[in-house]
Amino acid sequence: MSYTAHFRVWRGDSNKGELVDYNVEVNEGEVVLDVIHRLQQTQTGDLAVRWNCKAGKCGSCGAEINGRPRLMCMTRMSIFDKSEALTVTPMRTFPVIRDLVTDVEFNYQKAREIPAFAPPAGVAPGEYRMEQVDVERSQEFRKCIECYLCQNVCHVVRDHEENKPAFAGPRFLMRIAELDMHPLDAADRKRAAQEEHGLGYCNITKCCTEVCPEHIKITDNALIPLKERVVDRKYDPLVWLGSKIFKRTPANA
Amino acid sequence: MSTITETSAGRARISARTLRTDRWWLPPLLTVAGLTAWVSYATVRVFMQKWYWVPEYHYLTPFYSPCVSTGCEPESALFGRFLPNWGILPFGALTLPFLLMFRLTCYYYRKAYYRGFWASPPACAVAERHKRYTGETRWPLLGQNLHRYFFYVAVLISVINTIDAVDSLRGNGGFGVGLGSLIITGNVVLLWAYTVSCHSCRSIMGGRLNHFSKHPLRYKLWTQVSKLNAKHQELAWITLGTLALTDFYVMALSAGWFSDPRIVN
Repeated sequence: MSYTAHFRVWRGDSNKGELVDYNVEVNEGEVVLDVIHRLQQTQTGDLAVRWNCKAGKCGSCGAEINGRPRLMCMTRMSIFDKSEALTVTPMRTFPVIRDLVTDVEFNYQKAREIPAFAPPAGVAPGEYRMEQVDVERSQEFRKCIECYLCQNVCHVVRDHEENKPAFAGPRFLMRIAELDMHPLDAADRKRAAQEEHGLGYCNITKCCTEVCPEHIKITDNALIPLKERVVDRKYDPLVWLGSKIFKRTPANA
Repeated sequence: MSTITETSAGRARISARTLRTDRWWLPPLLTVAGLTAWVSYATVRVFMQKWYWVPEYHYLTPFYSPCVSTGCEPESALFGRFLPNWGILPFGALTLPFLLMFRLTCYYYRKAYYRGFWASPPACAVAERHKRYTGETRWPLLGQNLHRYFFYVAVLISVINTIDAVDSLRGNGGFGVGLGSLIITGNVVLLWAYTVSCHSCRSIMGGRLNHFSKHPLRYKLWTQVSKLNAKHQELAWITLGTLALTDFYVMALSAGWFSDPRIVN
């Protein structure tokens, strides 16, 4: 059944902007991105929106729908009351380029700051051998589609622009956790996680997990385990003593 | 205050603190109400210094375990009486601070009170009002990293609670089971579940390893603790409930408000 929905879409750029009201047709089975496209086609051809796969796999169409960070292509219209006004705004944490399109350069910069996988000495490419059981834990993190909804919702940078230089954000702390758990990675990630990438800023309030469209348990499976690994290295004398006695570090255990 | 409207950063100029239309304020409100109610009840009870022991069946409330004050009933003090009997010193003062710190530094409770009491943030995508935010990078919140030490102590305290549960299986002159025994034992089982499901325990069991294949037993333990860990939030609240229920039941019996229904002897 078709009906007319009331949309309030943020229009503007980094200098000014406002919520603009539209009444637009909605058909059964549609998602928010379909309706935004209909707006573009029928009422406001210059509405800027970034999108690509329409299948929740490219991570391009992140926005805030009724104040909640979501992928527009994965948000069904049927979850909303037909009579309620639907507000669509750009992700708040990043500079806006125009309308619903933001500049997510912050994330690329943070990605570059994390050293790549470092194979152990004496093992050449092609000689990497790992047991499935050793890598499957971090395979969960590889589901990330880099939509940056977690980076957007994290209050550490969302509410405090000044923390951006010091804090990598949940997506990239998860990347560090993935590398630290990797059976063949030889780099020391723990100290850097705390001292260079701002793991201590995370107060585990789990918003990153709540918004993840891939349902990755970012907090429970990446951030908290990484915090515990940092404790091993920096704050636990028993682990330090054990490593001295058994000549073994947690990294290569 | 939040910088969401700060124009220098080039963000969209949206002045509303949040555009969420759901009842985002309800979960933090319930958290504050629940924790405040529980802490108020527990504070009154630990300083009450009476109605903590049922001598007929050896029921001891967990809030007074182990009872180590010289003011404790001799039979209730399985581990001796050596703390002075002062009004400001709870009879269970030996363990209560550690249990408090275990819960205070727990990864779940941190989320709960950072959101509920400190509103940092109150809910996802709702701006916090603090001018600055440094999280757990500096004192005193850097101390949250001591969680695993409180976990070690909590395991020892769970052993003491288990001894209390075994001691509660008494009837007239020998073995017996009453409703109180079941409540005390059920509480201890759930306390173990909460303690073992802790994120630090998960890391200690095997989470810190990179080669599960070399440590099959620890991998198995990690797998089992991970399953429990997924229920850590629920267990955190359930055990607050069972602790209060167990204490209230023992208080009611001890005060003579009603008698214990007996199942065996």
